[in-house]
Amino acid sequence: MKQNKSPLSPEEKKLFGDLMPEELNEVLSSGLQRRHFLKLMGLASAGLLVSHMVGAEQLFARSVEFDEIPDLIPTAIENGINVSFKVNSNNKKVLIDSRMTLLDTLRERIGLTGSKKGCDHGQCGACTVIVDGNRVLSCLTLAASCEGKSVITIEGLAKDNELNPMQQAFLKHDGFQCGFCTPGQICSAVALMKEAKEGQASFVTSNIREQAGAVMLSDEEIAERMSGNICRCGAYPNIVAAIKEAQTGKNIEQNWLFAG
Amino acid sequence: MIPFKFSIAKNPSEALGLIHPHAAFLAGGTNILDLMKEHVAQPSEIIDLGRLPLNTIKPTATGISLGALAKNTETANHQLIRKDYPMLSKAILAGASAQIRNMASNGGNLLQRTRCSYFYDINMPCNKRVPGSGCAAMKGFNRMHAIFGWSDQCVAVYPSDMAIALSALNASVKVMQQNGSERSIPFTDFHLLPKDHPEKDNSLNHGELITSIELPKNNFAGHSAYIKVRDRNSYAFALVSVAAGFELEGNSIKTAHIAMGGVAHKPWRALKAEAFLKDKTATFANFTKAADLEMSAAKPLSHNKFKIEMGKQTLIHAFEVALKV
Repeated sequence: MKQNKSPLSPEEKKLFGDLMPEELNEVLSSGLQRRHFLKLMGLASAGLLVSHMVGAEQLFARSVEFDEIPDLIPTAIENGINVSFKVNSNNKKVLIDSRMTLLDTLRERIGLTGSKKGCDHGQCGACTVIVDGNRVLSCLTLAASCEGKSVITIEGLAKDNELNPMQQAFLKHDGFQCGFCTPGQICSAVALMKEAKEGQASFVTSNIREQAGAVMLSDEEIAERMSGNICRCGAYPNIVAAIKEAQTGKNIEQNWLFAG
Repeated sequence: MIPFKFSIAKNPSEALGLIHPHAAFLAGGTNILDLMKEHVAQPSEIIDLGRLPLNTIKPTATGISLGALAKNTETANHQLIRKDYPMLSKAILAGASAQIRNMASNGGNLLQRTRCSYFYDINMPCNKRVPGSGCAAMKGFNRMHAIFGWSDQCVAVYPSDMAIALSALNASVKVMQQNGSERSIPFTDFHLLPKDHPEKDNSLNHGELITSIELPKNNFAGHSAYIKVRDRNSYAFALVSVAAGFELEGNSIKTAHIAMGGVAHKPWRALKAEAFLKDKTATFANFTKAADLEMSAAKPLSHNKFKIEMGKQTLIHAFEVALKV
């Protein structure tokens, strides 16, 4: 599997240089690529530091995708299936083993590693993606059943260099700590906006018989409707704040402050 | 997962033509894929039903018909279900997560297998998974297990919330057989108690296809409840749940339909409580008597005695909510 060949852009060099000046030269001379760079940035900052630096949002808005993943060899697969579907508006045609889940196909055949494999049993929500407009668990979806469907992953939420409002709100409210559940949380929250707009009910909806149109989500409603996404770091209050801000478009008070 | 052939059926007769003893149907996949990953289910062929035209929810002369492949989310939010069968909406929304409800089909929901941890662990004996191998839960950790209707072969409970409401609503399951003929199974006969054959969850024969779930009209919409008690606030299986619907005349209960989840190998119709409440005044005292009567027949295991008091309180609470709604 070849690595992405695109070198660091000038703004990425600047960002890295600002954060870790002592390592910049070593990094550049060792030919570090964007993918590694982003990994390092994530480790170095856990999002917090990067979130208010100039250029950071544009940087995170760019999708990371492997340029070239060799095809599987048809004769080496017992039950090969050719499946065509849209991923983030791009048509993809891949040969897969019939056992491959959508999650494994996205990560290992298409090179989109944003969707995460947490439990692989539908219990944690880290693999949440949006298929034909609805949030689903990619770990419990056979890729072979996705023929003709349209899949949106975390990599497809930003438009050009502009983050999705939900991504911006998660950055602002620090809706994560380690970040592993975050792609699933954000995809789930983006689909939740549509569900609320359609007036979908939840278990805590007070009068299920009444259908009053779009739902403005309370903290309790957000907790119930996001219960399929587990955060082991416990960033829940910040996730709730981020979703509230994204839904209302109003400034919601942050749960955290910089020391000093 | 063991290797399997993947086939796609375009209509029910094609699906029934493809099915064979080692093949399995795939609808939402939320349970069977998990079982396949754990090697509990090992089909040699998967027949994808995703394209079958069985996904409509429509009113009928006698009530409403839920397509077997309509999604749980769509069903719970359908305006007729919310208005006329709110207990069913609530029950569906009490189950799983938004992601899973978006995937799960109505037919597949009924065919969920137990979440007994010994059933899932292929290194443990389990009569449901390997008939005759024994029941590890009987003397193991059985906090989550049955208090009604279990046998010395199996103490597992049935996991669906949706089905508890369907049982209280006297639904029926429409099934297409391999020769193309149809039959209808009353919901209360659909799931089975374990007896000597816990490997059989329900009265469906292999190769039969659920086409729809039929709901009769009811007069419970104004007075119904679905209450679920679980270890955390959301996204967990029930310790105990209760679906209750009253048809009232003034303060007198003309008819009560009550079903419990988390207590038996099938949705447990609380027939004793129903019989007691018929033509009684809807008072706290009568609710308590009905709940006591129902729970008096419970036979707890070593770790789940708490379910008797919890069951009683959940019944009473559900009755009170149904009365006030």
